[in-house]
Amino acid sequence: MEIKILGPGCPKCRQTEKVVKEAVAECGVAADVEKVTDVMKIAGYGVFGTPAVVVDGEVKSVGKISRKEDVKSWLNKQGGCNG
Amino acid sequence: MAETCCSGGNVVMILACSGCSNTGQLSNQAAVELTREGFGKMFCLAGIGGKLPGFVQSVKDAPIVVVIDGCPMGCAKAILEDIHVPLKHYLVITDEGIEKNKNLQLERSDIDRVKAAVKRIADKKEPSAAPETKGVSGCGCTEC
Repeated sequence: MEIKILGPGCPKCRQTEKVVKEAVAECGVAADVEKVTDVMKIAGYGVFGTPAVVVDGEVKSVGKISRKEDVKSWLNKQGGCNG
Repeated sequence: MAETCCSGGNVVMILACSGCSNTGQLSNQAAVELTREGFGKMFCLAGIGGKLPGFVQSVKDAPIVVVIDGCPMGCAKAILEDIHVPLKHYLVITDEGIEKNKNLQLERSDIDRVKAAVKRIADKKEPSAAPETKGVSGCGCTEC
């Protein structure tokens, strides 16, 4: 599973990364979590704002810190989390 | 696109029909000027209409979305309805007393009227416009 955190590195972007990594750890799934900070790469996802979260190429959240339970539900839909 | 950190926070998203009439182009010009003035940020309605995932998710997660249609044809409205996004701040320019025509020459006074109407609509409190509690919006960024 591939998860991308889109954001240039502000506190909310870092908080989102933290939440995502915690969710991945608690689910016990194998996932690559990558931060995307390049503005042009971020623009390629067509998002209105950051932070944004992309799971296996699908934009899941834009412009806000994701809740851990939401991240877990995304992982679950991808067949990666039972918790 | 995300030009600054946490740029989606509480920014007003402005969606204009940008149609090929005076009123359609008034919607576009008002959105452009309001973006330049910092009132909100214009976003790409075509991307939403094309159902590009990043665009669709962006409009679903935006706390305030102002939709501007030039006329009652309601093209922008139809696009939002197609992706099941409720219209909470919606303006039809012909309802403001501006007559639709195919003259693409825009009057300064009409642009200013539309901009004022957009600001009025954006401030409108809708009973059904309960804030999304999903996730945490707003920036609070101190590092930009």
